[in-house]
Amino acid sequence: MKKFTYTDINDTRSGFGAGLLEAGKKNKNVVAMCADLIGSLKMDAFKDEFPERFFQVGISEANMIGMAGGLATAGKIPVTGTFANFSTARVLDQVRQTVAYSNKNVKICASHAGLTLGEDGATHQTMEDISMMKNLPNMVVINPCDYNQTKAATEAIMEYEGPVYLRFGRPKVPNFTPADQEFKIGEALMLNEGADVSIFATGHMVWKAIEAGEILAEKGIDVEIINIHTIKPMDKEAVLKSAAKTGCVVTAEEHLRNGGLGDNIAQILALNNPLPMEMVAVDDKFGESGTPDELMTKYGLDAKDIVAAVERVIARK
Amino acid sequence: MADIKQLQDFATQVRRDILRMVHAVSSGHPGGSLGATDFVTALYQEIMEHNATNFNMEANGEDVFFLSNGHISPMWYSVLAHSGYFAVSELATFRKLNSRLQGHPTTAEGLEGIRMASGSLGQGLSVALGVALAKKLEGDKHLVYTLHGDGELDEGQIWEAALYAGAKKIDNIIATVDYNKQQIDGSIEHVMDLGDLGAKWRAFGWQVMEMQGNDMADILKVMAEAKAATGKGKPIAILMHTEMGAGVDFMEGTHQWHGKAPNDDQLATALAQLPETLGDY
Repeated sequence: MKKFTYTDINDTRSGFGAGLLEAGKKNKNVVAMCADLIGSLKMDAFKDEFPERFFQVGISEANMIGMAGGLATAGKIPVTGTFANFSTARVLDQVRQTVAYSNKNVKICASHAGLTLGEDGATHQTMEDISMMKNLPNMVVINPCDYNQTKAATEAIMEYEGPVYLRFGRPKVPNFTPADQEFKIGEALMLNEGADVSIFATGHMVWKAIEAGEILAEKGIDVEIINIHTIKPMDKEAVLKSAAKTGCVVTAEEHLRNGGLGDNIAQILALNNPLPMEMVAVDDKFGESGTPDELMTKYGLDAKDIVAAVERVIARK
Repeated sequence: MADIKQLQDFATQVRRDILRMVHAVSSGHPGGSLGATDFVTALYQEIMEHNATNFNMEANGEDVFFLSNGHISPMWYSVLAHSGYFAVSELATFRKLNSRLQGHPTTAEGLEGIRMASGSLGQGLSVALGVALAKKLEGDKHLVYTLHGDGELDEGQIWEAALYAGAKKIDNIIATVDYNKQQIDGSIEHVMDLGDLGAKWRAFGWQVMEMQGNDMADILKVMAEAKAATGKGKPIAILMHTEMGAGVDFMEGTHQWHGKAPNDDQLATALAQLPETLGDY
């Protein structure tokens, strides 16, 4: 197992805020909108630098998505900012008709995704958002793992023409990917090459997969860890190549089992190369109030849960 | 001033097209289409500055129209075709397999003149506001026009958009409500009474005008006034009084033809009231 270190602990939403500012400097067509959560989304820097290109829409998410569709029609690159639940479930039909079906260059940037939103509880935690967004034709779905990667992803999606759902979160997590990384939409990232099992992880679960890999290495299990930052389009070749090499697969995501990353990987394996597989995800439940760490433990999203899944899947080989 | 007779003749042809289009596929929404025909004819033939032959999705340097109540698509398709956006002959493909003229308008088929899908109601005003903001950013003085069904105003998103436009003084938009007082399940009063509709828009910060939407002279007069009122810090809403089914006597003033196509005999009766003026597709 390769040694992984991190430079700092930071939140992915701050990576978004930093990336948005850079994108705004690079391209004057980038405009941003927020539904009364500027501080939470870390959009202050963009707003202060480009006040004329920033639109406060109030707590009107449906109107925000519609206006974004209009701004994109007129050649702008609109970025919408609110919590993940209000970026998806709250506005699913607006996103469907005005963004995805109309194929508009709108960037739906969604913070506080998953259980790690924490104390606000299940009304605000979404573990269904990837499912809703990936099921929309034309929509790209990205879930980066740390501050640096979220910043790079935010800049990269502005260079891509078409609808994008960018998912990130609230808590401070290890920032271990390179600050100068090039983010390629749809390209899985090999983090650690191994022979015994392939772990495909996304978002906050990537670092947990690394922690699990360290524990497993001590037990003599050689894990391959791949960061699937782009859920759609999925890097099918990378998945099949790794799975064929190791012969078994574990997926890890801060999302419901139904409709998330694991679903996609299971489909790819079932259709091409059926192999033993385990999913680390939340099983058809809403979340609840608690600290992010407490919730990740209670809902089975800790490094130890990945370790257990790896041991189960290797036993099935 | 436009030649009113010429605009009326154009509208008569659009009405013929609507009836023939919905009849051919035994589906579609003739009632609202017929009622809004005069207004959209006037928009494309007289009121808007727009480029029909070199369609520009971004609508830079031209006025732009969004049909929020997308179900009255046959009317829009006919106006667009006769205005030069695409071949009139293509109207024959309406609602058929592999057509660019989908049941509800879409950008997915690359049909010239369509800039946003509509059909799922209540979304067009927000879209129009986005374009209006872009025009302000670019210093483009052209205007954004929309049409909404009165039944469509049941949707909450309309009022989110109305609130935004009033609060943020989006004064380069003219939103028109097709106030025929009918929706698909019956009269507005019966289904969801809109109460004092003018007062509602005014309370949201809009300047409100009223217009007789099946009277070409009144349309031109009120739209000229509306245009003159733009750029003064308030969005403009027009309550356009129309008859659902206008132009066909047995379709007028009822919700019965909201989503029903005429049969062969009904088509013949209707077409007898609407002489061919520009040539049938």
